[in-house]
Amino acid sequence: MKVAVIGSGNIGTDLLVKILRSKHLECGAFIGRSPDSKGLLKAQQLGVKTSHDGINYIVENPDCCDLVFDATSAKAHFENAPILDRLGKFVVDLTPAKVGKMCVPAVNLDECLEILNVNMITCGGQASIPIAYAIGQTQKDIEYIEVVSSIASRSAGPATRNNLDEYIHTTENGIRIFSGTENAKAILNLNPADPCINMQTTIFAKVKKPDLEALKPMVESIVNKIKHYVPGYELLLGPTVEDGRIAVIIRVKGLGDFLPEYAGNLDIINCAAIAIAEKYAQAKQSKKTQSTSV
Amino acid sequence: MKQIIVSDPTLRDGNHAVRHQITKEQVKAYCQAADLAGIPIVEVGHGNGIGASSLQLGLAKCSDEEMLTTARAALKNSQLGIHMIPGFATIKKDLVKAIEWGVDVFRVAAHCTEADLTQRHIEYVRTQGKTVWGVLMMSHMVTDNILLEEARKMEQYGAEAFVFMDSSGNYLPEQVRTRVSTLVNGLSIPVGFHGHNNLGMAVANSVAAVQAGATVLDGCARGFGAGAGNTQIEVLVAVLERMGYKTGIDLYKLLDAADLAEKEILPSVPYVNSASIVSGLAGVFSGFKRPVERIAKEFDLDARDIFFELGKRKIIAGQEDYILEVAHELKALGRNGKDVAVH
Repeated sequence: MKVAVIGSGNIGTDLLVKILRSKHLECGAFIGRSPDSKGLLKAQQLGVKTSHDGINYIVENPDCCDLVFDATSAKAHFENAPILDRLGKFVVDLTPAKVGKMCVPAVNLDECLEILNVNMITCGGQASIPIAYAIGQTQKDIEYIEVVSSIASRSAGPATRNNLDEYIHTTENGIRIFSGTENAKAILNLNPADPCINMQTTIFAKVKKPDLEALKPMVESIVNKIKHYVPGYELLLGPTVEDGRIAVIIRVKGLGDFLPEYAGNLDIINCAAIAIAEKYAQAKQSKKTQSTSV
Repeated sequence: MKQIIVSDPTLRDGNHAVRHQITKEQVKAYCQAADLAGIPIVEVGHGNGIGASSLQLGLAKCSDEEMLTTARAALKNSQLGIHMIPGFATIKKDLVKAIEWGVDVFRVAAHCTEADLTQRHIEYVRTQGKTVWGVLMMSHMVTDNILLEEARKMEQYGAEAFVFMDSSGNYLPEQVRTRVSTLVNGLSIPVGFHGHNNLGMAVANSVAAVQAGATVLDGCARGFGAGAGNTQIEVLVAVLERMGYKTGIDLYKLLDAADLAEKEILPSVPYVNSASIVSGLAGVFSGFKRPVERIAKEFDLDARDIFFELGKRKIIAGQEDYILEVAHELKALGRNGKDVAVH
């Protein structure tokens, strides 16, 4: 299936490398806004059709793709979403715009094919929500869930930095919806240490009576599920109870596709985006096969 | 005679020392005393600022709203200030409300290399017609020129003053002097310094800062603050007077305010203990002292080993969850506090 990427920053370019590796996806266009962006140059080197005409390129060349990955910014996605909807494209939104259905492949992959716009929440959301979901499924009387992510400064480009508030609101919203807990908080730290730190996320929960017996197997199984699409996802610590709070620490190493291994934050949201795109491609393929066989 | 603006974060930084348990009554009592003393700016809130009450850093006893509205009512002449870190707090969740509650001075802070995270927040406060300063934390981790480059960004966004923090209490006076000179030469807004006392240098460093051209200094009653404490405000103001600087603060009433803080708020007056010296040397945020000591005890580890390991990994303020991970790792390596490593 043909796909396009809009947004030629860190996320878009890493995504492109993953698309080229996928058996189910083919990159019809890689679109930025600035002709001399590093991402566009890299795409040209990889032999991919590029444009610096933004969303207009898709409007003018609607046949370039069936699915669009939007890796721009929350603000840009609010403008892009209605245009892509009119064109009937399936949209995988990697900005924290929260326009479409929130998608965490380890939790709700199948439900995400029902509408045309899915939102990948945030990198911290992809890392923490499956654990928050496991907490929600196994613990009674959850008072509060908090997720803290640390990422390497170098892995956060200008749009990510400018969208810090949206990152927090969107991650918190995701935690609330997937865990069923009203009170949620998200925190993000950018650490400039050299060599760069790996992405790390800690999930804390305040629960009346923590039930680790029930939580441990659920966390283990969901971690294994995530490893299928994010190979560098690793349970570093827990679940454990410390100072009256449940704590689980996750480390995400990237595949080193565009930015080096430390940028697990790029990798996890992009791997999740590829997972839903492949699922859509397969569903489309099987529909086609069915209709031709009838 | 040169005028120095002294800003007082006793009710914000001091919250670190009491696990963020400062009460409404304490906020009211200290604000009244600080107001009488003529302290220009009184900073109030969770230790890490507005919106930072969390399991990561400690849950505050008093909500931001309770603290800030209480302070607002008690301050007649002093301005009400807050500390705000993007990544913990947001415009929509926190700054909008802070403006409603009557905050006057917004100190928007980031780790020393991440000034661009503050752009939207600084711009927002400016459009609301409030005073906004840029603050860079853990500033010992970068060179003078990088700090200046980051400070310039904040100035461009609209910050009306720039303060750099010695969050680990790591500086010596000579470093502060060259750093302030670089900043004063490169910026057109006032430059300020926020000192921590891990190596006993907070007042000396503040003196070095004003001698090099800084015009804003932070100080807390009895040095009430994270770890070894901050620059002690009553000592600072007395020293500035002797040096011939004007602060507009009534020293007698300031001493009364400090006495009141010691009696009504401080469970113990901060002093430079062994853990604080190590955290200063290791370049780890002073606010880590309490959680490191707690976790060291839980894991039967030497707190000093944890501090040095955190320093080695260049862990920054806000990454308190790494203490737990480092403790697990040290424990797995068999460090039990008996074989203190040579660093």
